[in-house]
Amino acid sequence: MSGNSIRDIFFQECEDLSDALTDGLNEMADGSGDSETVNAVFRAVHSIKGSGGAFGLEDLVGFAHKFETVLDAVRSHTLVADETLMPVLLRSGDVLIDLIEAARMETGVNQEAVDTTLAALAEFLPDEDEEPEEEFSFEPMVLAIPGDDDTPVEDEQIGFVISMTPARAFYEVGNDPLHLLNALRDLGDAKVVADMSQVPDDIENSDWENGYLSWQVSLETPSTEESVKAVFGFVEDLCTVKIDPLFKSGGTADVTASAPPDIQDVDGEADPEPEPAVKTQKTAAAAQKSAPAAKSKPASPPSSREAKATLRVDLDRVDRLINAVGELIINQSVIAQRIEDAGLGKSDDIQVDLEDYKHLAREIQEGVMAIRAQPVKPLFQRMARIVREVTGTTGKKVNLVTVGESTEVDKTLVERLSDPLTHMIRNAIDHGIEDSERRVEVGKDATGVIQLSAEHRSGNVLIEITDDGAGLNRDRIKQIAIEKGIISEDADLTIGEIDQLLFAPGFSTAKEVTNLSGRGVGMDVVKTAITSLGGRISIASTPGKGSTFSIALPLTLAVMDGMVVDVAEQTMVIPIASVSETIRPRKENIFMLGVDHPVLQIRGEYIPIIDLASALGHPCSTLAMDERVFLLVRTERISQCAFAVDGISDQRQVVIKSLEGDYGKITGISAATILGDGKIALIVDPDGIASSVSTIPPPRALAELNPTAEARHV
Amino acid sequence: MYDLAETKDDTSLFEFISLYAGDQSFCIELNRIREIRRWEPITMLPHSPPFVLGVVNLRGAVIPIVDLAAKLGFPSLQPTKRNVIIICNLGDQVIGLLVESVSEILTVNLSEVKEAPRVKEDASNHAIRGVISIKEDMTRVIDLEAMMDLGTERALHD
Repeated sequence: MSGNSIRDIFFQECEDLSDALTDGLNEMADGSGDSETVNAVFRAVHSIKGSGGAFGLEDLVGFAHKFETVLDAVRSHTLVADETLMPVLLRSGDVLIDLIEAARMETGVNQEAVDTTLAALAEFLPDEDEEPEEEFSFEPMVLAIPGDDDTPVEDEQIGFVISMTPARAFYEVGNDPLHLLNALRDLGDAKVVADMSQVPDDIENSDWENGYLSWQVSLETPSTEESVKAVFGFVEDLCTVKIDPLFKSGGTADVTASAPPDIQDVDGEADPEPEPAVKTQKTAAAAQKSAPAAKSKPASPPSSREAKATLRVDLDRVDRLINAVGELIINQSVIAQRIEDAGLGKSDDIQVDLEDYKHLAREIQEGVMAIRAQPVKPLFQRMARIVREVTGTTGKKVNLVTVGESTEVDKTLVERLSDPLTHMIRNAIDHGIEDSERRVEVGKDATGVIQLSAEHRSGNVLIEITDDGAGLNRDRIKQIAIEKGIISEDADLTIGEIDQLLFAPGFSTAKEVTNLSGRGVGMDVVKTAITSLGGRISIASTPGKGSTFSIALPLTLAVMDGMVVDVAEQTMVIPIASVSETIRPRKENIFMLGVDHPVLQIRGEYIPIIDLASALGHPCSTLAMDERVFLLVRTERISQCAFAVDGISDQRQVVIKSLEGDYGKITGISAATILGDGKIALIVDPDGIASSVSTIPPPRALAELNPTAEARHV
Repeated sequence: MYDLAETKDDTSLFEFISLYAGDQSFCIELNRIREIRRWEPITMLPHSPPFVLGVVNLRGAVIPIVDLAAKLGFPSLQPTKRNVIIICNLGDQVIGLLVESVSEILTVNLSEVKEAPRVKEDASNHAIRGVISIKEDMTRVIDLEAMMDLGTERALHD
């Protein structure tokens, strides 16, 4: 592990905490949260502040402190998270995440945003913000531990009766009960009674690592139960704690605050005597033992908030595994081919075993791929921030509705979708949604709605951005395209073709260049990015009603279903995703348009035929057109065309091998794969083929665009 | 002389593999060579320059094959089973060079490698870094870096 590993762990945990924070704030904002939600948010901010202090991140800690103070006030009901406070809290969450990100990347932050948010927070701060800034050393972080929020009966209560029984794990990580007792004493007048009944008689030979003592503390204090609980904040799952109200009369009510053992991370860093990793397991076991005792109250918060056990793995390891599995799949087909060549009968036992092998290989592959799969939730959350940011600058009112946040896609896709989606969301607000007055004029709700949805559909991931804005102004699009010389003045375009103009390079409809969209990089960059991920993008728009941008993406970038075809004596693979139909043509359905532009008549339509061999620069096939097989393909350039190939030999899943590392880009070819016989087959890029044969100017190369795109987006 | 090895003095020994391409003798540093394979049928690449023959499968990796003779401006080779492919490491890139045949391993002093005398640079000599005399003949040291340009836009390896 690198010297930065503790720092890395910190940022990884910050990621989890940021998620918890965003989730909680969103729940608070849409009103679905309860008091526990506020607690969860508070704890997340508190933990970030705590560990941030250990790394000397002063800006972060300073901000988190103010944020936390306001949240604490909300928690103790002195402040109400209403329409005035909630936006500030949301904004603060964004700023805090920005600060973490800035600390991680060691870059600066938008100080202006931090300052304005701080000022906004300050307005809600309790007048005397005397609470001294705590000194933070590295403290173990305990994530999202649900606790209770029962407000004790105030009347005659003068304090609390606290009984604490540290578990074995408590001592193992180097905690000292004395610190806890002292901390309680700081809160008020405390009487401490130690229960020594569990101490074994033969103390010399007892297990000295075990805890035998428990304490009962009668604490007379004006403090709230929360602040008493806070004392145990970092040992909650290491120590059984029971807090009962102490009444003047001396009696106690049976209100139990207990911490269900939601162990996410027991951090060993605070341990003065580090032990091997087994410790964590022991801790977990110990805490589980203490669980029945702690769970005296059944009404613990719903399990939905309990995170599933996860494992952090270096991405490289996963990728190596994926590569190896890819080879396994190839090897499996090689063996299958060999056995077939050996002429063993279909009924032979080996065929059955082979079939098992095939299934196992496929299962392993799917399993490994699933490791890389991630929910789109973080991506969607980022978009929610973009919406807040953009609505802040434009003054438009927009609600972002997300659907299908748990849809899982490949990690790379999640990462690489961020820029295109950001751009599209900005566009939707900037160009799509009208301002409030205009909306009211046309009889819509003053607040616009943008829906961001994700779902799995037939082996693809479908992501849709729908706005209820003005819809595309097609006349204006056409006019701009003419002004910019993208189309000629007399061009007669269908609605679909006009919509596609949005994706033309150098197209931007903003009347003025705002600092949001219309910065010279337009939808063409979005489209190039989506296409480079093997996806496609389409638009549906109704004037006055709004527009929907749909992005269809493959689930993974490493394998693909392909149709194995013969082209000019070469074996090639065509992505099944782009083939809509295969046809054995009849002579009477093939017509010539000019000298060498064959067209195919199908169901009354005429579509161009592209000879794949000649499009790829190979010698033309010797077969006559009607002896070949046509694949009906939809591409971006030509909405529908037929690829002529010599034959189809197979349909299978292929492992994608990039050609760009050792060779380079090839027009019309996206990658290569290795077939069952060990030979290489090239994977055809239908869009590339169509653009190479089409006379419409080709899209700009990706490499040319991306650096500028990345520099200018975001 | 060039950077065969920056730190070595003139007396240190170097190993080269000598080979034939376009009826001339050439040689490549031994430590740049990964393996030598027999010619095998390859997969053609569309729109490739004439000296790029295509790609082969090297244990799961897709390796482009360059016809050395054609790359150096000689008439291209009509490959048969007798020809060999030399798989070379070019930094982060791996390519195969198709040559007529491989003859021997040469062990020479750095001082024996002479600057290539050149009046004018063209396709056939710009990829020659130096010459070594062997008996009556002379062998030309190939500049593998000059082989890297396959006339394509290549993505960098991670």
